[in-house]
Amino acid sequence: MTPGVLSALRQLEVRRMGLIGYQEALELQRELVEERRANRIPDLLLLLQHPPVITLGVRSETARANVVATSERLAELGIEVHETGRGGDVTYHGPGQIVGYPILDLRPDRCDVHKYVRDLEEVMIRTCADYGIAAGRIAGLTGTWVGAEKIGAIGIRISRWITSHGFAFNVRTDLDHFKLIVPCGISDRGVTSLERLTGRTIALDAVEDALVRRFSEVFERRAA
Amino acid sequence: MPTPVLMPQMGESIAEGTIVRWIKKVGDAVDRDEPLFEISTDKVDAEIPAPATGVLTEIKVNEGETVAVNSVVATIGAASEISKQEPLGSAPPPAAPSLDSVVPRDVDAPPAKPAATPRKTNGRTAAKPSEDDSRKQRSSPLVRRIARDNDVDISQIHGSGLGGRVTKNDILEYIDSETGTGDSLGAEAPGAKAAGSGTRDTGLGTRAADPGSRVEIKPLSVMRKKIAEHMVMSRRTSAHVHSVFHVNFSTVERIRQQKKAEYEQLGTKLTYMAFIAKAVVSALRRFPIVNASLDGDNVIYKKDINLGIAVALESGLIVPVIKHADEKNLLGLSRAIADIATRARSKQLKPEEVHDGTFTITNPGQFGSQFGMPIINQPQVAILGVGTIEKRPIVVDDAIAIRTMAYLTLGYDHRLVDGATGDQFMAEVKQQLENFDAQ
Repeated sequence: MTPGVLSALRQLEVRRMGLIGYQEALELQRELVEERRANRIPDLLLLLQHPPVITLGVRSETARANVVATSERLAELGIEVHETGRGGDVTYHGPGQIVGYPILDLRPDRCDVHKYVRDLEEVMIRTCADYGIAAGRIAGLTGTWVGAEKIGAIGIRISRWITSHGFAFNVRTDLDHFKLIVPCGISDRGVTSLERLTGRTIALDAVEDALVRRFSEVFERRAA
Repeated sequence: MPTPVLMPQMGESIAEGTIVRWIKKVGDAVDRDEPLFEISTDKVDAEIPAPATGVLTEIKVNEGETVAVNSVVATIGAASEISKQEPLGSAPPPAAPSLDSVVPRDVDAPPAKPAATPRKTNGRTAAKPSEDDSRKQRSSPLVRRIARDNDVDISQIHGSGLGGRVTKNDILEYIDSETGTGDSLGAEAPGAKAAGSGTRDTGLGTRAADPGSRVEIKPLSVMRKKIAEHMVMSRRTSAHVHSVFHVNFSTVERIRQQKKAEYEQLGTKLTYMAFIAKAVVSALRRFPIVNASLDGDNVIYKKDINLGIAVALESGLIVPVIKHADEKNLLGLSRAIADIATRARSKQLKPEEVHDGTFTITNPGQFGSQFGMPIINQPQVAILGVGTIEKRPIVVDDAIAIRTMAYLTLGYDHRLVDGATGDQFMAEVKQQLENFDAQ
């Protein structure tokens, strides 16, 4: 690629934020969406981890039924429950899971929510490939799957084509915590992680690097 | 006129959507682009803005219900029925609201002036009903009473308050200026004075021929008159400056040759204009100030990119508008440009298709001009002129090479856009065209 072509790509600012509370991240996203809408900031990819938290999608009534643990049990484990404005059902976030929140303006050429979901899946599929894992899709079940087990979850909000929320990719997540819920309301499928699949220890920041690279590739952005 | 609210199609493969939440209730006032409801498909929750300003009069689809895309889910009624029905035909896009201050407001003028004079109607259109409505709705009861007592239309007043709200001071100043002090920004031009004394204000106020000289005198066509008025008004309104860029179209030309057959199969011609439109849209995204209007002390940033394309007609010029040009790809833009140009020439444009442009492209190059210095299409703040596209010798790596080149000119309003911004905008257009990404 010539430098000219390179700079023709839209810029993507990557912010690696480490461990950050769910509520705090929620408020940050809300602000960034407005900033992005006003074009004061470029497209963003936030990469972070959450302390243990169970989050419910917009269809909270059904989602709550998919939290199988009692509130006492959750309190004992120090796990919060949050309602959020994203799509999707219920999910779990915790340390060892890389959460990606892209704040993108999908206009002018990516105004298709399905395409956006498929693209996020693609980012995680390619990242898996970087670690020699063959991941794929299961028709009708959004997310990134390895066999019948889910490695990456997706829940998105789009407000006038500005995206928020995003994906959660299990690297060394405590998979037992998923037993507290029926992930995404899908009861007959399991959850997995990169470390479980590869059987070795994997550096989180290396996975972040891979995600950024794959994200820039799939979304045709120039990461900065 | 009530506006139906449709279930939007959020993607090619999406056939239906579920309403998860109504953000507004029946009876609520809504502004265009304000979040109205949330829908959910698959793993995506999307917030949908209102398509128009008014009052939410009916919700047809309740929370939790799923309907096919393009089904009517609600109705927005107009807050008031102001002047939506004026004939527009071929009128060039709207004049700036400030035009009103140029219309003489002598106290002893005939009371029926507004609705009767076409120019006034035009000015009214220009003021964009949505903002008018909101101004009207948002003004305080006191302001509304003053308006009633003085027989003043609030929508005609520039509001300095929050969100364009008309304050008590605004209306008192307005009434003051109406009765003769006239200090608003429309800058009294000679033409405006002439209009008061009965001469037609065509902007052609100087005497063109002495009686008895060998001339033929023909009345202007309505379109010609409107163009004349609009051009003079634009010159008077905006501080025009121009930047000229020399752009290499070799990449575009190559893609055009590659894709020609494919596009012909799809039933459209791939023209340079589609590429230019695409590049402009992307530059407008990066520089929202170029996709804006100036309204008194406020900058109005237009969220939509509605691209006007000037089309030369036998009898004049018309600027049909491609709405939401930012949502179209190269093929979509090619089709839209061909479509509006054809229908402009066969006089089959609908009135609304010449309205609400946010930026204009004009193409004097088609007649051989190297570059033009176009006049801004009010109330926009910039216009792109495309010079003739031809092979020229240029210097590449210290050798003379033959490349397909063209001059592009940006005419812009220095009141709002400085040279640095205008040039950066043009550099982006140039960059987009020279490195055009066919995807």
